[in-house]
Amino acid sequence: MLNKDFEVVNQDYQNMGKVSSQIKKMLLEIGFDPKILRRIAVASYEAEINMVIHAYGGNIHMDVDDDGLITLIFHDLGPGIPDLTKAMTPGWSTANEKARNLGFGAGMGLVNIKRVSDTFDIKTSPEGTILTISFKG
Amino acid sequence: MLAKDIINFLDAKPIFIGSPQLLDKEYNNCFASDLMSDALAMISNEDNSTVLLTGCCNVQSLRTAEMLDLDLIIYVRGKILDSDTLEMAKDLRCNVYTTQFTLFDACGILYSQGLKGINAK
Repeated sequence: MLNKDFEVVNQDYQNMGKVSSQIKKMLLEIGFDPKILRRIAVASYEAEINMVIHAYGGNIHMDVDDDGLITLIFHDLGPGIPDLTKAMTPGWSTANEKARNLGFGAGMGLVNIKRVSDTFDIKTSPEGTILTISFKG
Repeated sequence: MLAKDIINFLDAKPIFIGSPQLLDKEYNNCFASDLMSDALAMISNEDNSTVLLTGCCNVQSLRTAEMLDLDLIIYVRGKILDSDTLEMAKDLRCNVYTTQFTLFDACGILYSQGLKGINAK
């Protein structure tokens, strides 16, 4: 039904969240329920923030199939997550001072993404991290 | 608690009123934090009748409000918005206020008047 790619720029704090805003608006126009959209927006925003703060930027791919399944793939350009178990622990964060000043770095990002998503898969290596989440619309 | 009562209890001054009709809206609960990550984690299961109190007055506070469908934000300690953040408030048609109270005192005032926090369980 819908396929779209978005670029996320490393350390672009001013525009952080704009892609997630676009995604939310596009899905709203299609007619998805606002409650589902809130979960999608929260997950997408958290993942986008991670790409800006922790990664060298990357790409977000959105796919909406004919059954209303929404899949978001966040593919960053590295450097990967050194310890995924720690990264999935509530409160654990490596966010820098700039990110913390903007209100992030509570160590809830990946935990929160997993909590609000219907499916959650993450693969990481020094070449990059691929986070795939989906929602039943 | 009605928005106009929340505003009155906190002696809050408007920064931008994007949706004047929402001043009669009933808010069921309040969340207070300077950490937007915590707001995203805690409010995402609520409906859109949560008021956000925060001292975090940058663009990301409005972006967080957008993701959570929040339409009433009150900045504490007399904080105001820079031009970029104000423009976003206009785009989102949020009602944005500032109060001289600290975050702790603002929470205490609203709680004592009957407004509860969100369900953290």
